[in-house]
Amino acid sequence: MAETTHRSHPTPAAYWGIALFLAVVTAIEIAIPSISAFDPVKVPLLLGLAIIKFGTVVMFFMHLRYDKKLYRTLFLLGVIGVVPLMVIMLLSMDAL
Amino acid sequence: MTSEAAPVEAHDTHDVRPIRKAAMWVFLGSEAMFFGSMIATFLLYRNTTADGPGAEIFNIPFTSASSFVLLMSSLTMVLAHNAFEKRDARATRIWLLATALLGITFLAGQIFEFTEFVHEGLKVSTSSFGSAFYMLTGFHGAHVAIGVTMLLAMFFLSLDGRLYEDRGLNVELIGLYWHFVDIVWIIIFTVVYLLQV
Amino acid sequence: MVVDTEKDLASGNPTGLWSWITTVDHKRIGLLYGASALIFFFVAGLEALLLRLQLTTPNGTILSADAYNQLFTMHGLTMLLVVVMPVAAAFMNYFIPLHIGARDVAFPRANAFSYWLFLFSVVMLLSSFLLGGAPDGGWFGYAPLSTQLEEFVRMDYYAIGAQLLGIASITASANFIATVFTMRAPGMTLMRMPVFTWMAVVVSFLLIFSLPIFGVGLFQMFFDRNFGGQFFGGTGDPLLWQHLFWLFGHPEVYVLVLPAMGIVSEIFPTFSRKPLFGYPFVVFSGIAIGFMGFGVWAHHMYTAGLGPVAEAGFGVATMMIAVPTGVKIFNWIGTMWGGKVKFTLPMMFAIGFVSLFVIGGLSGVLHSVVPSDYQQHDSYFVVAHFHYVLFGGGVFGYVAGAYYWYPKWTGRMLDEKLGQWHFWLMLLGFNLTFAPMHILGLNGMARRTYRYPEGLGWEFWNQVATVGSFIIGISFLFFAWNLIKSRKDGRVAGNDPWDGRTLEWSISSPPPVHNFDEIPVVQHVDDFWYRKYATDDEGRAVRIPDVTGGTIAAETDTGGEDAHEEDMHMPSPSYYPVVSAFGIVFMGYGLVYLPGGWVAVGIGTLITMWGVFGWSLEPVTRDADHD
Repeated sequence: MAETTHRSHPTPAAYWGIALFLAVVTAIEIAIPSISAFDPVKVPLLLGLAIIKFGTVVMFFMHLRYDKKLYRTLFLLGVIGVVPLMVIMLLSMDAL
Repeated sequence: MTSEAAPVEAHDTHDVRPIRKAAMWVFLGSEAMFFGSMIATFLLYRNTTADGPGAEIFNIPFTSASSFVLLMSSLTMVLAHNAFEKRDARATRIWLLATALLGITFLAGQIFEFTEFVHEGLKVSTSSFGSAFYMLTGFHGAHVAIGVTMLLAMFFLSLDGRLYEDRGLNVELIGLYWHFVDIVWIIIFTVVYLLQV
Repeated sequence: MVVDTEKDLASGNPTGLWSWITTVDHKRIGLLYGASALIFFFVAGLEALLLRLQLTTPNGTILSADAYNQLFTMHGLTMLLVVVMPVAAAFMNYFIPLHIGARDVAFPRANAFSYWLFLFSVVMLLSSFLLGGAPDGGWFGYAPLSTQLEEFVRMDYYAIGAQLLGIASITASANFIATVFTMRAPGMTLMRMPVFTWMAVVVSFLLIFSLPIFGVGLFQMFFDRNFGGQFFGGTGDPLLWQHLFWLFGHPEVYVLVLPAMGIVSEIFPTFSRKPLFGYPFVVFSGIAIGFMGFGVWAHHMYTAGLGPVAEAGFGVATMMIAVPTGVKIFNWIGTMWGGKVKFTLPMMFAIGFVSLFVIGGLSGVLHSVVPSDYQQHDSYFVVAHFHYVLFGGGVFGYVAGAYYWYPKWTGRMLDEKLGQWHFWLMLLGFNLTFAPMHILGLNGMARRTYRYPEGLGWEFWNQVATVGSFIIGISFLFFAWNLIKSRKDGRVAGNDPWDGRTLEWSISSPPPVHNFDEIPVVQHVDDFWYRKYATDDEGRAVRIPDVTGGTIAAETDTGGEDAHEEDMHMPSPSYYPVVSAFGIVFMGYGLVYLPGGWVAVGIGTLITMWGVFGWSLEPVTRDADHD
């Protein structure tokens, strides 16, 4: 990823494009629960789309893609760390 | 100083921005734990409605609209930051104000939503579902409110041209915080609303 | 806080109470943390002595059940959150910048804010004794006991007080992490940092990621108590609290003991005159303990009925955590092995740390075995175990650190004779107090009960434990007297009394405000040692002449671009951190006394906003014309 850390930030036009992308993904998300064909894969699909939106905002709007690797480590420790902890807790309480 | 002055005041010491950003990122990692625990609590109690209202009272079209508002406030925030980096004081000010207004719109929507739910019989004390729902979305709303306060403070400071790069209150750090509040809502919108109906 | 006027005038430090209140100097804040922690140690110790007095004889009559519950809760809460964590924070504040060659921590004012928020929160917690009763649900605050509303405010003090202490700790931890990752001197790579600083980093990460979980649990408790929430009562599940609590509470155990491990990892090489045996292993085992410490929380909850799969999993994970701990112990022994060991006071306490910690660790392994833990759960055997780990381990380690670094703080040595009294009395008293608790626990004596009937065979060992606890108390009077007396009468220490290895010994004692006249350029682990000693053909250390232990400026000018250009503007004093902290605690009081307290919450919010905005907009270094 060394080559990306020196890349310059996106232009305002690119920011508008990213926002458009986010809006489209949100529209798809809202549509999914009402289409019964998606029911069997609803949960992974919606979670996947949410993660895509999450990642897009973090990488481009928060510039994590362009910034120091240290920031990525500090943030991801918390974001990725909390998932297994909470999953194990919920599993042991028979809630998942 | 007049409002036409350059938005950045000269600073006398070495560059402190990377230090502040490192601290902000580690704080956001910590916040991820905070919201993660509350989301887990909500998942635990998602069906514990005690004969009170449950997820069926969610108004998905309404919440979708307010989610969209918050999502777009991330766009205006990043445009404010972009203008600030280009030393464009006027554009910075406009985008800061736009972000704050979008945030206020979101908060107004949340207040409306809470009022409706209470009217339909869902309170903190109704059930574990109610407690978990109000705590999670309430703390998120509190984060939005803190963000709005900081954005408005930045806006009013910018009227005298007082936008600093090296102080605790600066556009980049507020931007990071604001985007984080937005991505937390991205997860809440999916996990709490879309997956439960 | 005693201000040593003469010394401060000599070193150009401003003096007077106001200068201490507005200080942003990491060394002064470190000393404030240390002094406060010592005072609170005596408070919590006094609480413990009252508990021991009550238990000396069967059917004790000194304390009522209610008083006993308040005292044991506050003893645990105070010792863990208000004594051991701040004393670790004291060492971290003082020595992280010195160890990495920095002039201060990353955010000097946030550092002051952490301290004042800590202090005010403790005052608030302790004031509860006079304002309606102290928390009485145990430091673990299990629901539904903690969510009962018969006692109006007690556990509200717990929920709010612990929350505020947590905010103070998160702020401090983010500060330390930013300091270590962005402010190291040229050449000070991560793998050249002193082990103490490494452990401080691990601890900061543990706190930053575990405290928010505890915070959520505390807010939920608060909601249950004040807004009719149903998180743990009603339709809720009390087990949720146990999970959230121990998700914090177990990493917290390592938070308490890892800094002590870091301290003895500095002491053993110094007094064995050998490098730390297997430096990377010590560092990586510390990191491993940090990661694994997050994955074993439910071993505190075996008897809650998690089911065989979860219990087996957590049992195995708990046994595994003994491995990195064992690695460290072998490394310390390996450091002493074949060294020229000098039995100075810091070294004696450090050896005491390792010995007692091993005993506590072994009884800990017994707890990791689920069937065995079923038997020991909630008995005095557990009390014995964690006092061996936290007092025998933690407190011995921190006292070792105090003897080791006192010369750096004050420029004078602690008295040897008083120190010997302290060590031997503490060792004796400690073992008399806590070793019998193993026996009492295995004989069935339960924790947290305020009295016990006659004829169960517990009388003798309880009496021994009480005698032991008073011996500990006396030993700390020697310590306190030594700390006070040696400030004026102690032998003058000089810069480097122990022939130390790390950067803090290269500067004067006490250090100047700006720490380093010139930022050092680092080439080795234990860099200062290699500036004093070369190695001859047979691998022995040979003193390099003409190094006085003074400033070790860059001898080679390579990579020293920062060293000379760095301006010496130190951050200016600020009262905004105190204002902000005060406002937050004011809000805290309001929250305890809801609904009438909303007024106080409002006022507190305004005070906090004044403090935070003033602080955010104030430049770090004020020029003279702005004064």
